[in-house]
Amino acid sequence: MSTPPIERTPLWRRPAFRALIIQALLLAGLAALIAMMIGNALTNLEARGITTGFDFLGERAGFSIPQTLIDYSGDSSYARTFVVGLLNTLLVSGLGILAATLIGFAVGIARLSPNWLLARLAAAFVETFRNIPLLVQILFWYFAVLQALPSPRQSMSLLEAFFLNVRGLIVPAPVPEPGFGLTQLALVVAILAVVALGIYARRLQQRTGKALPVYWLGSALIIGLPLLVFVASGIPLAWDVPSLKGFNFSGGITVIPELMALWLALSIYTASFIAEIVRSGIQSVPKGQIEASRAIGLPGNITLRKVVIPQAMRVIVPQLTSQYLNLIKNSSLATAIGYPDLVAVFAGTSLNQTGQAIEIIAMTMAVYLTISLVVSALMNVYNARTLLKER
Amino acid sequence: MSAQAATTADSNTPMIEIDGLNKWYGDFHVLRDIDLTVQPGERIVVCGPSGSGKSTLIRCINHLEEHQQGRITVGGVHMTQDVKRIEQIRRHVGMVFQHFNLFPHLSVLDNCCIAQTWVQKKPRREAEATAMEFLERVQIADQAHKYPGQLSGGQQQRVAIARALCLRPEVMLFDEPTSALDPEMIKEVLDVMIELAREGMTMLCVTHEMGFAKTVADRVIFMDQGQIIEQAPPQEFFNNPRSERTQLFLSQILGH
Amino acid sequence: MTERPTPPSQSPVHPPSEPEVAPAAASTEHSMIAARPAPVARHGVTGWLRSRLFSTPLNSVVSLITLAVLVWALSPLVQWALIDADWIGTTREACTGEGACWVFISARFETIVYGFYPETERYRVDITLALLVATIAWLMIPRLPAKRWVVIFALVGFPVIAWLLLLGGHFGLPAVPTREWGGLMLTLTVAIVGIVGSLPLGVILALGRRSQMPLVRSLSVVFIEFWRGVPLITVLFMASVMLPLFVPSEVEFDKLLRALIGIMFFWSAYMAEVVRGGLQAIPRGQEEAAKALGLGYWRRMGLIILPQALKLVIPGIVNTFIALFKDTSLVLIIGLFDLLAIIRAGLTDTNWLGFATEGYVFAALMFWIFCFGMSRYSQYIERRLHTGH
Repeated sequence: MSTPPIERTPLWRRPAFRALIIQALLLAGLAALIAMMIGNALTNLEARGITTGFDFLGERAGFSIPQTLIDYSGDSSYARTFVVGLLNTLLVSGLGILAATLIGFAVGIARLSPNWLLARLAAAFVETFRNIPLLVQILFWYFAVLQALPSPRQSMSLLEAFFLNVRGLIVPAPVPEPGFGLTQLALVVAILAVVALGIYARRLQQRTGKALPVYWLGSALIIGLPLLVFVASGIPLAWDVPSLKGFNFSGGITVIPELMALWLALSIYTASFIAEIVRSGIQSVPKGQIEASRAIGLPGNITLRKVVIPQAMRVIVPQLTSQYLNLIKNSSLATAIGYPDLVAVFAGTSLNQTGQAIEIIAMTMAVYLTISLVVSALMNVYNARTLLKER
Repeated sequence: MSAQAATTADSNTPMIEIDGLNKWYGDFHVLRDIDLTVQPGERIVVCGPSGSGKSTLIRCINHLEEHQQGRITVGGVHMTQDVKRIEQIRRHVGMVFQHFNLFPHLSVLDNCCIAQTWVQKKPRREAEATAMEFLERVQIADQAHKYPGQLSGGQQQRVAIARALCLRPEVMLFDEPTSALDPEMIKEVLDVMIELAREGMTMLCVTHEMGFAKTVADRVIFMDQGQIIEQAPPQEFFNNPRSERTQLFLSQILGH
Repeated sequence: MTERPTPPSQSPVHPPSEPEVAPAAASTEHSMIAARPAPVARHGVTGWLRSRLFSTPLNSVVSLITLAVLVWALSPLVQWALIDADWIGTTREACTGEGACWVFISARFETIVYGFYPETERYRVDITLALLVATIAWLMIPRLPAKRWVVIFALVGFPVIAWLLLLGGHFGLPAVPTREWGGLMLTLTVAIVGIVGSLPLGVILALGRRSQMPLVRSLSVVFIEFWRGVPLITVLFMASVMLPLFVPSEVEFDKLLRALIGIMFFWSAYMAEVVRGGLQAIPRGQEEAAKALGLGYWRRMGLIILPQALKLVIPGIVNTFIALFKDTSLVLIIGLFDLLAIIRAGLTDTNWLGFATEGYVFAALMFWIFCFGMSRYSQYIERRLHTGH
């Protein structure tokens, strides 16, 4: 008995070998491209007299920024410019996310209203604002609306405490006096108490079936307790009311028009997308689910809380997160109206002054990339946890 | 089961009374002058061609559908637009759907507990005990901690029956409970329903399972074009149908 | 359903011999109840109003409040934009009314459309535009044949023709450098190059992300996630300040071209994710069947998988086009004169100060018309896909 001779496949006909060759060629091509780019960059930079590296971050920036959340002056370094810009980006993003969520949910739910007129109005809102470029909206609010406001001397005012003019919105600033700490403490205590109440109510229901009106009690606690302490300790809070001094206002907090325009545009634009997400999320819950819930006698609010919302949120949350990410990325349009966000002060002014294009663009992109990747990672965890168990 | 059925005032009051019921979908007249009385403990099978209004009829009984004319009284409670009253009726009426409609985000056990917790306000332990009792009855207690998506269609439908029974209803409505199931799973669901019927549960079933009708029904109702064409005990209904439509329908579903 | 004769033994009319189980069972087959109209008016204007707007007291209140808001917001707008507006004239002196002065737009309409393209050469833009409209119309009307060839023309032939025609410099056409391009024409150029470039690149990336080869797969993932993670502005900055550093200094790198490359890469990543969704929706059996027929990788993809997957995600592709179209306005930030930038430049004209509202409202309207049109088309396609085919 002789074993049949093993038929030898030529090397180049084996799929594994082909894959290896393709990948090797790809790698070589990529390496060559990168090497060429680095070579060119070094030559070009040398020709322009720019030294590479991050040393410039320690140098004096020498320009001022109209809105800074931390101490900053022209003497601060470029590193500090970076932080100021980043904080401004985070500020407008945070405000935008808050407002866009509120408006978006309201409009999305209104679109499902049985009231024909309200549903149509909500649809018109969505179709109008999501089909106009965000940049146009930002420019519109800034140049056509806010820049058309009167000068400080002719400010529009509310109760002689809130002023709106071409320089922005000026509101009274709270000035805490000694003893205000007690109120802050009361707020912390109230929050802890509400958490405890929630746990207790849950246990109580598990044990005896009795349901406490947690929402009412919780709201009462969180508003009532600090208010009580505040009044009892003699209202230890003064207001720094803005007043007109010459051509400008002194005192109070000024919300610069750039922030207002960007905030308005980002909120409304993103809200029109969130509204669609909310609508489709709620509609994705099959009608049979609601019928089954009603058939076992669950009243409307419990049906909503225990059956519709948990299922709708599974659809809504991932898309909502990606809208939040879009909003954060879109806040970089601040450049167009001069709101001092990360891109405007760092990738704009700082880059023009130092010429460190590669370092600055890389740092800026890294910030957005980090935010995106962290949020996506969190999202994957959420998705894995809410995944419906199937066979 | 029979103990629960007797809780309503006295056995002479009908469990369900429908009087001159009319319903329209837009301009379409789906239910036409329906009169129907169901006594406690009675088991009724409703059949008829698709689109004849039989599902709509039983969905009116727990107000999943709103009717425009006529009176519906369930367990002595007269149905009005009043939300509280509708919820009261729904607590006495269990329903099983064609597509099970289990809550996919809740475990089998939680599906059975949710109404006990939020409607009857029972302690968790008690709710779980009741749930396990009924899951035991439909022979699926070992799957209590799984999720609906992990079960077969037949198992899901048995869970749906247990979920409805947990509220100890006086009437059970079945809306084509076996028509979305594979043939080999129909029997396990029908067995549970037959068992339920033997225990004396008042039942109203929309189904095409004529074997089931012959075994347990006290009365078979035939509907067509939104009206009750004929109703009779199964013996008479199958052997001696009076109307031409009934004959045609029976020949179509039994003839093959 | 087969027509079956009724059993002959049964007489249709039956004497009501046995006692009825329920009192209501008197119906027999001859007494069919005729359909009646519903008792409450559910049709006509009153019925419509009643059911849609005034069904409950709460509903009525909501209707009235909504109506009030609508009147409060819309009437000044209509007053400003239409009733009190000035329409005729060529100079600022024509702006006399209380409302909008659309003369600001009409006076510079040519610039808004053609940018700084030489006046004598504008017929070239017109021809390109006509060709574009014809191609798109052909693709959008379902009845017209040879879709595949038109798609190939749209993706290959048209860009080449448009490039030769618009840029000129050969066949006796005077050259028009891209810094003279602008307005709507530039917006459309950026949008179309972005669309035509990002779709094929996106398809390749999507295939790469599903590849068996680890290096190909990971490179695709890194490429896609990188572009999706950064704002388009930083990409445009990168294209305008960083890209020139990476090429030999002798190479003259057109500013528009740099922006176009950035836009293409950026959107190809989004396109890749849309296409990937389509690829995932195709059942595994399709690929197995194609393998069983002995088709190689590119044939399997090109003939079997991609045609199905792409058709499935047409709505997603169109939605990406809409997003891309809106974002073309960002080129203003790196100093290109698109539709929005031209209008903005007009606002700084010392003869025409103070017309910001008219300018931005008009820009918004132009973009809105394009985007709304595309989104309606995508919804129409979605409905068509849903109803079979």
